[in-house]
Amino acid sequence: MSYVKGLKCRICGTPYQVDPLAICEECFGPLEVDYDYDAIKVKLTKEEIASRPGTMWRYKELLPLDGEPTVGLHSGGTPLVKADRLARAIGVRELYIKNDAVSHPTLSFKDRVVAVALSKAREFGFDAVGCASTGNLANSVAANASAAGIPAYILIPDNLERSKVLGTRIFGANVVPVRGNYDDVNRLCSEIAGRYRIAFVNVNLRPFYGEGSKTFGYEIAEQLGWQLPDAVVVPMAGGSLITKIHKAFKDLEKIGFVEPAEPRFFGAQATGCNPIAAAVKAGTRDITPVKPDTIAKSLAIGNPADGYFATGVITETGGWSEDVSDPEIVEAIHVLAETEGIFTETAGGVTLAVTRKLISQGRLNTNSRVVLAITGNGLKTQDALSLVDLQPIEPHLSAFEKLIAGEAKKLAA
Amino acid sequence: MPSTVIIPTPLRRFTDGVETVPVEGGTIKDVFNYLEEKFPGIRTRLCEENGDLRRFINVYVDGEDIRFLDRLDTAIGEKSEISIVPAIAGG
Repeated sequence: MSYVKGLKCRICGTPYQVDPLAICEECFGPLEVDYDYDAIKVKLTKEEIASRPGTMWRYKELLPLDGEPTVGLHSGGTPLVKADRLARAIGVRELYIKNDAVSHPTLSFKDRVVAVALSKAREFGFDAVGCASTGNLANSVAANASAAGIPAYILIPDNLERSKVLGTRIFGANVVPVRGNYDDVNRLCSEIAGRYRIAFVNVNLRPFYGEGSKTFGYEIAEQLGWQLPDAVVVPMAGGSLITKIHKAFKDLEKIGFVEPAEPRFFGAQATGCNPIAAAVKAGTRDITPVKPDTIAKSLAIGNPADGYFATGVITETGGWSEDVSDPEIVEAIHVLAETEGIFTETAGGVTLAVTRKLISQGRLNTNSRVVLAITGNGLKTQDALSLVDLQPIEPHLSAFEKLIAGEAKKLAA
Repeated sequence: MPSTVIIPTPLRRFTDGVETVPVEGGTIKDVFNYLEEKFPGIRTRLCEENGDLRRFINVYVDGEDIRFLDRLDTAIGEKSEISIVPAIAGG
């Protein structure tokens, strides 16, 4: 049974029935799913959730499907890692990594949104799905569509990392590289969706798709023992995830699962594509688009449609937004890997590097409980890293001993 | 062939379902005035009362966002393609 009342414009409040619609006909504002929280509060208990499998679907009452999910049944349920070594390295009292680098099946948080969007596409009776993507979404739509036996049309900018393109084509999807950047691809998808009956997960199914991101937030709260953190640091591309984690925390307050709290939301971007951070720093909610130029390609959206809402969440919660250079991103990838054994993609480097910057600026209270949103896997963005070549040794004990000369005493048996 | 405007789905109820509209040259402002003449009511969907473009609408001339050009004063060529696209994010 569904607890969805309908769709509602986030700007002017105009209500709509549940349809594959993303845009308000009155003001062009984005539509969002409206739930009957009172009914959910009566029905859903923490004990009930605890009795369910450890996937994102344990929160299904707070997701916009009419029936049971049919796609992405195993997504979600990623670890919340208490990152003590990283906490010491950057000087934070209590630090956690919400690690979607190990998301099933395609190693990024996009598996959550796609699970919802493709299940919804089936409920709507679509025979084909698609997306505009910077890479992670492409991987996830392609994988989930192949598992569901639905043809997929995936449009990507023509400059994506090779591994992300391969990681999409392997699933047999129709992959269409488009000359241009993400914003060009996105515009084309809108125009295609206007003409063909294809469920573009982040275009005509966007209100439903975005709801999947909330499970990232529900899991953080449940894994903290149904408590909210003091601060979260979230990477921003289109700006949707940060607003959905915020919505997730508010949902949990509304249904009485957590005590009301005021977590601060911090948004992370690359300096080469920082339209949301720039707006926050300028004290405005008006986003000025930019032409992206950064190694953090999964965040390279120069015209972030949710930027207006992201700046709202950041400023209303007393957070802040910063951006970091490509070398800072690379260094942070190394730091996370060497302290916590977690290999994140460039977006994760952005999140950690921005966290360090916020600490050095005194904007992030270090005597608090902080969660970093790590949303993708480093194996996909190896192009961004260059390690010096290793020199092989001869297969003799003496050669190894020469190599570890400085450490020999410590390692002695 | 003159320039054409691609009408996005949410606005096609003003154009009797027509997807593309041929327009003469001028600026984006002129194009909007022309559309309003042809399809009364469409301009208030595109622009705020003060004449500014609504927040969640992007307008492109030959693929370039007019915010990188001269905004509503952006001149269109003789064979330009003008896209009106709802702002949509993804990743």
